Amino acid sequence: MQVTVRLFAGFRIGRFKEETRQYDVPVTVKQIVTGLGIPEAEVGIIFINGRNASLDQTLAEGDTLSLFPLVGGG
Amino acid sequence: MRDLVQFLRDRAPDGLLPLADQAEAAGLFGLTLAQVEETALSNIILPARYQRNRETISIAQQLALFRSRVAVVGCGGLGGYVIEELARLGIGGIVAVDSDVFEEHNLNRQLFATPDLVGEKKAEAAARRVATINPAVTCRPVAEAFTEQNGNELLRGVDVAVDGLDSIPARLLLADRCEACSIPLVHGAIAGWYGRLATQFPGDGTMRRLYPRNHELPGIEVHQGNPSFTPAVIASLQVAEVVKLVLHIGEPLRNRCLDVDLYHFEVEEFSLKEDQA
Repeated sequence: MQVTVRLFAGFRIGRFKEETRQYDVPVTVKQIVTGLGIPEAEVGIIFINGRNASLDQTLAEGDTLSLFPLVGGG
Repeated sequence: MRDLVQFLRDRAPDGLLPLADQAEAAGLFGLTLAQVEETALSNIILPARYQRNRETISIAQQLALFRSRVAVVGCGGLGGYVIEELARLGIGGIVAVDSDVFEEHNLNRQLFATPDLVGEKKAEAAARRVATINPAVTCRPVAEAFTEQNGNELLRGVDVAVDGLDSIPARLLLADRCEACSIPLVHGAIAGWYGRLATQFPGDGTMRRLYPRNHELPGIEVHQGNPSFTPAVIASLQVAEVVKLVLHIGEPLRNRCLDVDLYHFEVEEFSLKEDQA
C-alpha cells in the first residue's frame, strides 16, 4: 500500500518534505507518526486527503497524509 | 455641537484636522478627544493623523473603525502588536485582556515589554501604550484571565475578538464564548519560525474543527521558543482580518487556515469546509 506523507514546518527538518511510502499492512496515523520519531503531543493538525483526521484513523491506498506541528504560542 | 462643527471646519480647511486643534476643541467644548474625533469624522473631517490611511480606508470607513470595539485576549507577543496596530488604525474601543505580568523572557518579542515594566501587568501596560500613541482610542485594561464566567461580559458590545492566547484549551474556551455571543474571532498562534491564522465566523465552529483534540500539553513553542519576527507577522495578518471584518470588505480567511513557515518560506492554505473533497 502506498501512502504519501507531507510534513510541515519543523517536522520536515531532518526528515523530508514529501515522501511516498510503502506499507505492507494497514497503518494508522499514529503508527506513521511514531515511525517518523515525532512525539504524539507535538502533532497539531492532521489531514488525510485535505480532510481533518485523527491519530487513530487508518490510511488507505493512495491517501495523502499531511502533518502539522502543534503551534500554541501567542 | 454646531459650534464645534464650525470650529473643526475652520481648523481643517483642507479636510484634515491637526492633532493640536483636536485637543484645543476638546478643551474648549469640554469634550474628550474621542468625542471630538467622532464629530469630526461624522462631518467628513479626517483627523490628520489618519491621512496616510487614505485611500485604503475612506473617511466613512474610518468612522466605522472608530465606532467599533475589538477585544484582544492575550496581550503578549501577538496581542502587543495587535493592540499597537489597532490603536494606530483608529479602532475606537479596545478591550485588552491578560492576567499576566511582564517577565524578563518577554523582552525578546513583546512590543510593550520594557525592562522597567518587568513585573507590571500586561493589560495595564497595553492601555498606557494606547493612551500614548492615540489618546482618542479608549482601551479598557482587564488584568484577569478570560474565563467561562467573565467571557460573555468581556465580549459585550465587541464587534471582533482577537486571539493572542498561548494554549489551545484557552483558545477553545474563547472560541466557544465567541460562538455563544455571535462574535467573529481571528485566531493566531505562533511557535519558532511558524505561525497559523484562521478566522472563525459565528456558526462556523472553525476552532473546534481545527483543534478536535483539546491539546492539554503546549505545542512546539516549548522548545522552539518565540523570536521577535513571528508574532509581528501573524499579528499583522490578524489585524488585516479585523479591518475587513469591521468594515465588511475584502475576503476574510473564512473556513480556511493559513500555515506560515518562515523557515522554508512557504505559506500553505487549507480548507476547513465540511463538504470539501
